[in-house]
Amino acid sequence: MENLIALLVAAPLLGAAVLLCGGRRLDKAGHWLGTLFAAASFGIGVALFADMLGRGADDRTVHQRLFSWIPVEGFQADVAFQLDQLSMTFVLLITGVGTLIHIYSIGYMEHDERRRRFFGYLNLFLAAMLLLVLADNYLLLYVGWEGVGLASYLLIGFWQHKPSAATAAKKAFLVNRVGDMGLSIAIMIMFTTFGTFAFGPVFGAVDGTSEGTLTAIALMLLLAACGKSAQVPLQSWLGDAMEGPTPVSALIHAATMVTAGVYLITRSGAVFDAAPDAQTAVVVVGAVTLLFGAIVGCAKDDIKKALAGSTMSQIGYMILAAGLGPIGYVFAIMHLVTHGFFKAGLFLGAGSVMHGMNDEVDMRKYGGLRKYMPITFVTFGLGYLAIIGFPGLSGFWSKDKIIEAAFAKGGTEGWILGGVALLGAAITAFYMTRVMLLTFFGEKRWQPAPDADAVPSAEPAAEHRAGQLPHPHESPKTMTLPMIVLAFGSVFAGGLFSINEAFVKWLEPVTSFEHGNPPLGAGAITASTVVVLLIGVGLAYVQYGRKPVPVVAPRGSWLTRAARRDLLQDDFNHVVLVRGGEHLTRSLVYVDHSLVDGVVNGTAASVGGLSGRLRKLQNGYARSYAVSMFGGTAILIAATLLMRAV
Amino acid sequence: MSTLTAAQGLLTVAAADPATKIPAPHIEYAQLAPTLIVVGAAVLGVLVEAFVPRKYRYYVQVFLAVAALAAAFAAVVGLAAGGYGNSKAHIAAMGAIAVDGPALFLQGTILLASIVAVFTFAERRLDPAAHGNRVDSFAAQAASVPGSDSEKAAVKAGFTTTEVFPLALFAISGMLIFPAADDLLTLFIALEVFSLPLYLLCALARRQRLMSQEAAVKYFLLGAFSSAFLLFGIALLYGYAGSVSYAVIADVVDGTVSKIDPALASTMGNDALLLIGGALILMGLLFKVGAVPFHMWTPDVYQGAPTPVTGFMAAATKVAAFGALLRLLYVVLPGLRWDWRPVMWGVAIVTMLAGAVIAVTQTDVKRLLAYSSIAHAGFILAGVIATSAEGVKSVLFYLGAYSFVTIGAFAVVTLVRDAGGEATHLSKWAGLGRRSPLTAAVFAVFLLAFAGIPLTSGFAGKFAVFKAAAEGGAGVLVVVGVISSAIAAFFYIRVIVLMFFSEPKADGPTVAVPSPLTMTTIAVGVAVTLVLGVAPQYFLDLAGHASTFVR
Repeated sequence: MENLIALLVAAPLLGAAVLLCGGRRLDKAGHWLGTLFAAASFGIGVALFADMLGRGADDRTVHQRLFSWIPVEGFQADVAFQLDQLSMTFVLLITGVGTLIHIYSIGYMEHDERRRRFFGYLNLFLAAMLLLVLADNYLLLYVGWEGVGLASYLLIGFWQHKPSAATAAKKAFLVNRVGDMGLSIAIMIMFTTFGTFAFGPVFGAVDGTSEGTLTAIALMLLLAACGKSAQVPLQSWLGDAMEGPTPVSALIHAATMVTAGVYLITRSGAVFDAAPDAQTAVVVVGAVTLLFGAIVGCAKDDIKKALAGSTMSQIGYMILAAGLGPIGYVFAIMHLVTHGFFKAGLFLGAGSVMHGMNDEVDMRKYGGLRKYMPITFVTFGLGYLAIIGFPGLSGFWSKDKIIEAAFAKGGTEGWILGGVALLGAAITAFYMTRVMLLTFFGEKRWQPAPDADAVPSAEPAAEHRAGQLPHPHESPKTMTLPMIVLAFGSVFAGGLFSINEAFVKWLEPVTSFEHGNPPLGAGAITASTVVVLLIGVGLAYVQYGRKPVPVVAPRGSWLTRAARRDLLQDDFNHVVLVRGGEHLTRSLVYVDHSLVDGVVNGTAASVGGLSGRLRKLQNGYARSYAVSMFGGTAILIAATLLMRAV
Repeated sequence: MSTLTAAQGLLTVAAADPATKIPAPHIEYAQLAPTLIVVGAAVLGVLVEAFVPRKYRYYVQVFLAVAALAAAFAAVVGLAAGGYGNSKAHIAAMGAIAVDGPALFLQGTILLASIVAVFTFAERRLDPAAHGNRVDSFAAQAASVPGSDSEKAAVKAGFTTTEVFPLALFAISGMLIFPAADDLLTLFIALEVFSLPLYLLCALARRQRLMSQEAAVKYFLLGAFSSAFLLFGIALLYGYAGSVSYAVIADVVDGTVSKIDPALASTMGNDALLLIGGALILMGLLFKVGAVPFHMWTPDVYQGAPTPVTGFMAAATKVAAFGALLRLLYVVLPGLRWDWRPVMWGVAIVTMLAGAVIAVTQTDVKRLLAYSSIAHAGFILAGVIATSAEGVKSVLFYLGAYSFVTIGAFAVVTLVRDAGGEATHLSKWAGLGRRSPLTAAVFAVFLLAFAGIPLTSGFAGKFAVFKAAAEGGAGVLVVVGVISSAIAAFFYIRVIVLMFFSEPKADGPTVAVPSPLTMTTIAVGVAVTLVLGVAPQYFLDLAGHASTFVR
């Protein structure tokens, strides 16, 4: 059975190859082929899952060694897979949600000429992401890590004729490179310290390694996680990444790829557990991002960007949980899975709304859509209830546990982290209610579609709609079906996981688990969660439900203005990194011109001058030559005698 | 060895009793076959000049020369296969000539290089026919004054100087003996045997005869000057050791001979004689390899000599001279290495740097190659100074690789021509790559090999000598060598840039279409350059097996 693991990766990889190399012949069938390969991978995943359930909790981990990749003396890299409960969770999430989003894309990308290529990239992403979570060593994980980065880049910039999309793709790629450096440095330190980068041996060697080294590795891994999971300070790319097609935002920039950082930290739990300073850094990053993303989410009028802020914030919860150690790993992953369901559902819902509204993304130009798009409204609404942690729905179960674990950290730290997590929950309730109200409730604020010339649109059909008021309508079945399935996940997944602590028992053998002891009772924490939830919803209702919403955003307070600009993240990067970088390169160029070139040119000039002068010795007279020989001989003899004398 | 000392003992007695006791010299003809075949063919060549009708001489001479060289090479291979390179290595011809690995390797190299060089000697398609007769690179009648009626008549009559072939064969025979010579007199005779024909060959250019003759006279004068030093050095060493035999001198240097020749009692063992004599002999050999400050003949002679002769000289002379230098330093003077190594260090450093630096401002391609050959002499010296088997191996390999690059490069020079013959001024080579991409590309390969770029024989050779030098403790030499290589790379690459990235001139030269002879020379040059560059190990091993001197 374990021989099937490679097929998980191979199926979408083959799909990508077929679709990308197949050429125009496959244009008609490309999307079905792509979906088929994704579904095949999901099928294999389910089969392996069933097989895994059939074994006892302690021997569920299986390995498959494919071939020796770099067999060099002292440097052994294998292409080998490890499928355990953690990987299995990801495999099911990636292939399951991935397949749904493939189906959704069939409808969403219907009018795009390059649909085959889009599905090719999606398959490529699936293959890379599966490689990432199935690798049994850090080097192969790195391949998958880079592979998802590539797929993300290609898909963000899929509508490359839009300069904003091309720029966003480049930005995502560059910011991710910073994180990637962290991962590669971590791997290098591992190799020099342990002589290997396979999971088993590395984790086995953690005991007896100095804490300093482990902290260095863990911090580098955290840097990598920050890049891929859009955590402060490497968060700036995620908002712009919404330039990509919405299914991409749902799959890659909400449900799966951006959670790779959480996977990395959870997978490397053994290293982090032995490096408490690094764990502190992790919880700080998580807590800061949690608030950062939530605040940004409150101010955005672009529905996708509001959701992107939310994604950032929710991943902040996961990172926070992962930084708590054994009391948090399981809940990080549990929240990751439930978030995968409801956030993907929310994005698909947003895509469905945009689909019906001439690709309009500004929520201030929506309003009252619940009558026109009932299925979208219901599924989106269930996702909304899930994410704000409405009691009983998925988000409630997972987020509540994280907040509990944060309090359980103990001491002042525990109070601070717990408070931040609670505050985040309130803000989450606020901004999600805002999205909900602006989009589906209130009066219609629809605007005529902009000129096709003024705003280059992805779809050729947009030209025909220019200047017309939108006619919102429910999306086709290929789009609503995945939304419905995901809505089921949003509602029930958390509850199912929590029955009898099923999810904890499932993951415990891999990630280790400890029950936290929060200073407040679990009931008190749950109660306060519900209270802050109600406060957030109430505030949003007061602001956006009771009063009419202006189509043009009001100026707002300084905080709103800053949040609209992503809390000045780009300004910060521009001043510190871009300007600084420019100054650095300018001074380097100056040094290169004046010093390096000066030395080089000076050397060349002096060699040339010397050459010209020596050349004059060659005057063509045999007598001078003879003198030179005579003198040379005299020197030769003198030197020889001198050597003896010395 | 024992026969040798015995013979010397007899010789000293012979002064008193001359009549009876001189034994018949014992000559191992088979082991000397390579040299004997070439000398024989040279003598035959002279007879051909005397008896074969003018019409057929060219063909007979070319055939004779190539056949003799090929046969001699076969003899060398046979000797090497017969174990004379290592297990059966010994000293033949009454102590005069060594038959050992280095000798056979160098003789083989000289013979192969000579074969391809003779091909360029025989090239007759580059210049347009004069009065219906094909002409080669050599003067119609060497004895006639340039520009005289006699010369015009000779050209009209279609004379060609087919004497170049026997002359070349004589020179080659001298070169074959030079690295194998095992006593100082044989060394000197071999030197003269290969030098005198070269002086003549230098004077025989068809075009620019005055320059050619000037080159020959300079070469002759300076060569004679250096021969005098060499001979004086031999005299001093004889005074020091009482013998001209390498082995005996080496023993005296080591202090293992206690028998003092009564006639030389006052001088024997006098270290001043040894040091001065050794320095003088070194100087004579350094002159031949073109080391600074004994290099000044090189550019003038390389430029003035007919280009096929230049190529031959640059390759074969250098091989022979370095062979002799190796044997002198490794067999005669190893006991003195603490004295000569620092001096040779200085010579090598100055040679590498001066060759590379002066080449930077050269404007004539033949002079450029001359200075390049000086710089290369410096690189080879770095290997010589290593004083190890590894050093011998690297020098042998370098010499083999360098010979073919050099002959090939000069063969390409013969192809690029304008109305006045070869267009050697570099400005005329501008844009050659656009007009004749193949020729320019081939020349570029040779230049890259000179520069020591990987995948060419130049890189493998340079790597080998620098490695040997570094292992021999001469790190400074390696540093200087690398710096010189960097300077040298500038002017090699500059020619490539000139050929490929400059606009061709309107009145630029044309590339002559050569006969298969020159084509073969160039093709062999390219092939050897690439094979030794891509897969040098076999040849390095071959050189390694041949790196032990017999004593």
